[in-house]
Amino acid sequence: MRSVLTMSSVVLLVAAGLAGCERPPVVSEQGGYRGTAMAQIRNPRLVAARDAAQTLPEPVPAAAPEGPKAKDTFKNVQVLGELSVPEFTRTMLAITAWVSPKDGCAYCHAAGEDLSSDKLYTKVVSRRMLEMTRHINADWKAHVADTGVTCFTCHRGQPVPAQVWHTDPGPKRGGGASADSAGQNHPAQQAGLSSLPFDPLTPHLLGDEPIRVVSQQALKTSNPRDIKDTESTYALMTHISQSLGVNCTFCHNSRSFTEWPQSPPARTVAYHGIRLARDLNKTFLEPLKSTFPAGRLGPTGDAPKVSCATCHQGVNKPLHGAKLVKDYPALSAAVPSEPSVLAARHAPKAATD
Amino acid sequence: MAQYQNLFTRVQAHAAAYPGVPLATGQGARVGSPVHSRWLGRIGDAQIGPIHLGWFGLTSLICGFISFEIIGLNMLASVNWNPIQFVRQLPWLALEPPAPAYGLKIPPLAQGGWWLMAGMFLTLSVLLWWVRMYRRARALGLGTHVAWAFAAAIWLFLVLGFIRPLLMGHWSEAVPFGIFPHLDWTAAFSIRYGNLFYNPFHMLSIAFLYGSTLLFAMHAATILAVGRYGGEREVEQIVDRGTAAERGALFWRWTMGFNATMESIHRWAWWFAVLCPLTGGIGILLTGTVVDNWYLWAVQHGVAPSYPSVFPPGVDPALAPTK
Repeated sequence: MRSVLTMSSVVLLVAAGLAGCERPPVVSEQGGYRGTAMAQIRNPRLVAARDAAQTLPEPVPAAAPEGPKAKDTFKNVQVLGELSVPEFTRTMLAITAWVSPKDGCAYCHAAGEDLSSDKLYTKVVSRRMLEMTRHINADWKAHVADTGVTCFTCHRGQPVPAQVWHTDPGPKRGGGASADSAGQNHPAQQAGLSSLPFDPLTPHLLGDEPIRVVSQQALKTSNPRDIKDTESTYALMTHISQSLGVNCTFCHNSRSFTEWPQSPPARTVAYHGIRLARDLNKTFLEPLKSTFPAGRLGPTGDAPKVSCATCHQGVNKPLHGAKLVKDYPALSAAVPSEPSVLAARHAPKAATD
Repeated sequence: MAQYQNLFTRVQAHAAAYPGVPLATGQGARVGSPVHSRWLGRIGDAQIGPIHLGWFGLTSLICGFISFEIIGLNMLASVNWNPIQFVRQLPWLALEPPAPAYGLKIPPLAQGGWWLMAGMFLTLSVLLWWVRMYRRARALGLGTHVAWAFAAAIWLFLVLGFIRPLLMGHWSEAVPFGIFPHLDWTAAFSIRYGNLFYNPFHMLSIAFLYGSTLLFAMHAATILAVGRYGGEREVEQIVDRGTAAERGALFWRWTMGFNATMESIHRWAWWFAVLCPLTGGIGILLTGTVVDNWYLWAVQHGVAPSYPSVFPPGVDPALAPTK
């Protein structure tokens, strides 16, 4: 009897301990030379669930590019003025489907007002969003190539994208003479729930803090980076790994993280991705702080910002690389336009570093 | 014999309490009246006490307790004194060393001062305990092998938390007090210094670690296997070799071509165990002070293998001309 009791309590304990685990088997796909352990480990059950969530939007039928221009037909058209009226209307329909399918046109155009009214902040913000989308598609081909992005890439049918971030001041502390946590040592949402720095995004995706930490010489150099800098970089890398649903060896040869000749091609794309995020946050998103209402701002009063997760949402190519922008010339590079009022105020620069 | 086939004692013998080996006069008396614990008896000797506290033991425990409290209370403060969050987040919580800007100076309490204090008390506690280990061995007329093995571990402990930060010029290089954070420290340390697997002293330390594990399993299995011949009476087998020692030695001679003796196996095990932290400490000491990237060092010394490329070699985009 006692042994039955002991046995059943052991079984219960083991079951409770393993309850949080993923069910095996996992699938391993070799990505580098044999023996270098460069493999992508995927759990087929989780991947299936993630892929089921990658729904593409309904395509809006094409419109005639010829005809009177939108800026001559409608009032207060600042960004999309050069489009033909059919193309302009089509773009509006597409944006509604991509960003606010539930609220419809009323999300940006105040009900009971003329369509040209800028009463709602969302209309003002959406102009910057349109400029930002064009900027990505025109000047950041190093990262988005010909696939490009549309509003759907981030918004996915939600007015506020699921994966925006704010500067994280950290949890409330005891204060007084008690020790500072130095920005880490709590479960970090942005860094895979590790105890690494819980806000790696503010220094690296908004600021220009150096990411490289490893010395390029074998013997002692004047490399000022230390272990705390490395933890900050490591946290950013963990964020990238969880945002793209990939292992470290997708971009790196882990025997020497810093060596470019040994790194897979994805690392170069990711390099530009980091700079893209910095550019968008500094040029477009953070300056919108004064336009957003208080409810949309973070705990330190900053605007919502993009990270890798915002577009990628757990897949190494957003929406598995579906080329959405080719059907929407309004969002691609080629269309010239006057900069919007906000753009002139914030003087955007389309430069890589 | 049948009743000794598992880890737990099935039949416990209860007798009058044993006061311990008589000590020479002048040593502090053992304190406490012995207590018998049936549960403890299941896994070992049922008698608890009397214990020799001694001055070194007492001060070691007090210093250790102070360090423990400094670390624990700061962790509790970091979750705003919430005991539920303390338990929930305990694996993540830590007491961090100061930022590099403070160098080797004493920082403010909240910016690493508590860490320095906790570290100092912990080091004192460990060193005092070492003295206790040494003195207790001498008092019982034993050799001091345990104390010197402990010294090897203390060497690694001091290298990580004191000697290397001293040579690097700032306390920020030292290890934080915390479960996950100290593990993140090892990962960050390896990343920063170019992959510690290419550090030859790290390689040696691993060899001795795995070797110690192997030797422990081998020796334990051998003695249990020759228990039927009285093999567990190792000292007697050393001074008067019996069939147990002979059978054990022959087993290994036939398996791998050579063997130890009943005495020498313990010397093998001692040295393997001691060399693990000894070489490891040297490896840590050389990192950052002499060598900044162990992978590149290994390439220069012909230790790192080269692999054929399976994708076109990447080029650093930062070196590309900016448009």
